[in-house]
Amino acid sequence: MGVDNPLGDNVITTSLDLLVNWSRKSSIWPMTFGLACCAIEMMAAGAAHNDLDRFGIIFRASPRQSDCIIIAGTVTKKMLPVIQTVYEQMPEPKWVIAMGACACSGGIFDTYSVVQGIDQALPVDVYIPGCPPRPEALLFGLMKLQDKIMTERNSFGSSIGLGERYIPEAA
Amino acid sequence: MAENNRAVLKLKEKFAASIIDVAEFRGEVTVTVAKDAIIEILSFLKQSLQFNQLTDLTAVDYLGKKEDRFMMVYQLLSIPNKDRLRIKTPVSEAACSIPTATQVWLTANWLEREVYDLFGITFDKHPDLRRILLSEDWVGHPLRKDYPLQGPDREPYKGRLS
Repeated sequence: MGVDNPLGDNVITTSLDLLVNWSRKSSIWPMTFGLACCAIEMMAAGAAHNDLDRFGIIFRASPRQSDCIIIAGTVTKKMLPVIQTVYEQMPEPKWVIAMGACACSGGIFDTYSVVQGIDQALPVDVYIPGCPPRPEALLFGLMKLQDKIMTERNSFGSSIGLGERYIPEAA
Repeated sequence: MAENNRAVLKLKEKFAASIIDVAEFRGEVTVTVAKDAIIEILSFLKQSLQFNQLTDLTAVDYLGKKEDRFMMVYQLLSIPNKDRLRIKTPVSEAACSIPTATQVWLTANWLEREVYDLFGITFDKHPDLRRILLSEDWVGHPLRKDYPLQGPDREPYKGRLS
């Protein structure tokens, strides 16, 4: 090879965005927050057979340690303030996954007591349809979130006060 | 059948003027009584006829179907006598309140809060009459037939293809 390599294999060069995004997407820590039958599928996705741990996705018991919230189930109007409080307790950067028909749109519960889609209250990154979605669907949704995290620009710079965080629109 | 029921015979003997109707359907005896005497009758059933458990307390909205809009329903169980009895009493919309049954069975407390929450019937002298299922700032009573199914702030559903 014609390139000098005085430091051997001990150094790699990359962009800061790539490094930061790669580390974030490889350690998505979702808030443990199940609301209905979707939570059962979420648990199945986390358990041995599907094993979310292999993506670095580890459920946390505290919003202070989480950077993702999976809205897994029917959100009632009485539960909504609780979810908003939990979401606000999570440190930035944070992402929201609407899992299942109820979290996406209210689902079959077209009634006075149910929020018709969590996107009325929280900024949703990934919508997963299904009633409930299979664990594979949740896995796919989480991989879509990983893809989305990888497209972010300057999220590290913005956190230390340099410029704005830039998230491209979904294609 | 229902006329020979032990509890019905005693009730007819003691509260003849307050009994509106006695009915039996598939072995279930229902006595409809006047609202004014409800607490006296419930107390008598508990003290003298050993109906020591109130298994459920609820209401029905007969909007446009009956003269008195609401019907309170008390489901009683006598554990020593292995006997069940249903007591009903009409409640009009104009005087939408009824004395509380908590003075007879303490378990009526939360059941009456549920009826208050969802039907808007108030219970006189209830120890803690607050909403129990809906949030405290909720407006309206959703199990009333004139409450819009999808909530007052939404366009009503007009069919799948509308």
